[in-house]
Amino acid sequence: MSRAFQTGRVNWTPVLLLLPAIGVMMFVVALPLVFSLYTSLTSYRLTRPETIWDFVWFRNYERLFGNRDFWVAFGRTILFLTIALNVQLILGLGIALLINKITWGQRTLRTIMMFPMMFSPILVGFQFKFIFNDNIGILNNALQSLGWTDRAIPWLVDGKLAMFSIIFAEVWMSTSVFAILLLAGLFAMPRDPLEAAKVDGCNAWQVFRHITLPFLMPFAFIAMTIRSLDIARAYDIVKVMTDGGPAGRTELLWTMIARTAYQDARMGQANAAAYLSTILSIAFTYYFYLKLVESRRYMGGVQ
Amino acid sequence: MAGITLAGVEKHYGRMRVVHGIDLDIAHEEFVVLVGPSGCGKSTTLRMIAGLEEITGGEIRIGERVVNDLPPRKRNISMVFQNYALYPHMNVRDNLGFGLKIAGQPQAVIAERVREAAEILGLSELLDRTPAELSGGQRQRVAMGRAIVRHPDAFLFDEPLSNLDAKLRGQMRAEIKKLHQKVKTTVVYVTHDQIEAMTLADRIVVMRDGYIEQVGTPMEVFNHPANTFVATFIGSPPMNLLPGRIEGGQVRLAGGEAVPVPARLAARVAEGLEVVLGIRPDDISPVGHGLGEVAEPADITLTVSIAEPLGMESLIYTTIAGQEVQAKLYGPRIVGPGEVLPFRLALERAHLFDAETGDTLEAR
Repeated sequence: MSRAFQTGRVNWTPVLLLLPAIGVMMFVVALPLVFSLYTSLTSYRLTRPETIWDFVWFRNYERLFGNRDFWVAFGRTILFLTIALNVQLILGLGIALLINKITWGQRTLRTIMMFPMMFSPILVGFQFKFIFNDNIGILNNALQSLGWTDRAIPWLVDGKLAMFSIIFAEVWMSTSVFAILLLAGLFAMPRDPLEAAKVDGCNAWQVFRHITLPFLMPFAFIAMTIRSLDIARAYDIVKVMTDGGPAGRTELLWTMIARTAYQDARMGQANAAAYLSTILSIAFTYYFYLKLVESRRYMGGVQ
Repeated sequence: MAGITLAGVEKHYGRMRVVHGIDLDIAHEEFVVLVGPSGCGKSTTLRMIAGLEEITGGEIRIGERVVNDLPPRKRNISMVFQNYALYPHMNVRDNLGFGLKIAGQPQAVIAERVREAAEILGLSELLDRTPAELSGGQRQRVAMGRAIVRHPDAFLFDEPLSNLDAKLRGQMRAEIKKLHQKVKTTVVYVTHDQIEAMTLADRIVVMRDGYIEQVGTPMEVFNHPANTFVATFIGSPPMNLLPGRIEGGQVRLAGGEAVPVPARLAARVAEGLEVVLGIRPDDISPVGHGLGEVAEPADITLTVSIAEPLGMESLIYTTIAGQEVQAKLYGPRIVGPGEVLPFRLALERAHLFDAETGDTLEAR
């Protein structure tokens, strides 16, 4: 049967069987990719569809390289990513270590811990927008009632505080990803090396530093890889909480790109920016992936 | 100079008592093996010595120090675990030197001690490998190396050979023995394998259900078992136990047959006492195929049920007084099932135990 498909030296059967998959991939992934790459080389505006044929070579990219706001947003996204990931890692590690010690009610706690992940980021954004609101927000209300301050702290209006508030919301929402993955790591951890280290003269901190932590690093890097992709494309929380404001002080790459694309309708320009931001995501993900591979190298023969 | 002393050491987990007040004196540089079936408390005892388990009652001393409340790191002992417990992210060199590094030893000292240990254990070529790149036997050697670099007061071994295949186990057993001769240190070694206990120990401690059943040199434990448990646990194949009663200076077995009471025990048995006669397979052999001269022979005719030829000897399954009994035939002769042969018991090496308590009737 398969012989019938063999014309010349090429065996067409696998190709034929893979064709549907290849077709779907082409249509869903490759085509939009090529199309958006093409439009990033045109002056395409959503309001004037005929501009899609106006090929301008690299003018969009040249314009971006000279655009200070773009690079500020670029840098701010890196900052956002770095702070959020580190805080989430440290908090997640702390939570995982604590929960690992608990013997009673651990399952319940693990479930409760996952609650923040069950909410849509949009809703988390709205919730924190309310909490941080300077006039009616629950946070200022609480601070004032406790007598710690009598002013209305402008959480979402002051540039630095607004950035803090957004990071706070992001950390609240996603720390549990780290906690869960690290907890899984702690569960998988063999007990013998810990005991060997104790006998070898380690105190509790040294056991953690030299044995537990290196063992957990692959799990941390898995979480980092997943989260860095997620945070690098942060849009929803920021859109809801500050919409990039005040005066562009919390503008991240994707809020800026979305604004360029849909409010200013300059799709060509936005696509160019999107391609540059993709580099950021890839760079971070690749970096953490390399770290993951490196830290996993030794974990082959734990026994 | 550091022996280890256990005085009334107990371990409870809630209401469950795992170790019931055991007393044990381990001399400096002595090789002591704790042996017993799983769940007998031997590993728990070792882990209490190491400080990995808290003790519920009693006292443990290493040298002159009471270590009850000291964490493992302050006890100056080192331990070899069943699963090797190597640090997977460190190469062999760092695994060996880790304890010294933590202790704050200077680089030069660490390098020298690691080199020395690697030489003793034949690891010099493997120093830059990670545990994942080592075979089971090599990992075991690294685990031992990690124990010796620190020059501790005592080595604790927790079933170190049970993850190795039979051939490697034999090799490593010999290496451990050699190691102890090179690096004279107190050793406490836990195993469930009575052959390891017999071959390695200066003294064997047989444990069951959290109690010490007997302490003695391998030959003492083998030749003078304190009770039926030790008698069947030490020695392979195990000692045959035949219930009976003392009648007219003879042991009348349950099936009606009678054998004389071994001469050395004649004064220690009373008429009508319920006893258990213990006799090793090596001491029941077809006439003419025994193990040397028999001083107190008792002849009995038996039917072979199965014979397992092992080359220069055969293990024979037969029945005495309705009970399955193992016997040994020395020599290349092959016997088959159903064959009826005259057997000779070497009663001078037989044992008598009190049927009620299981304790030996020998003077102890």
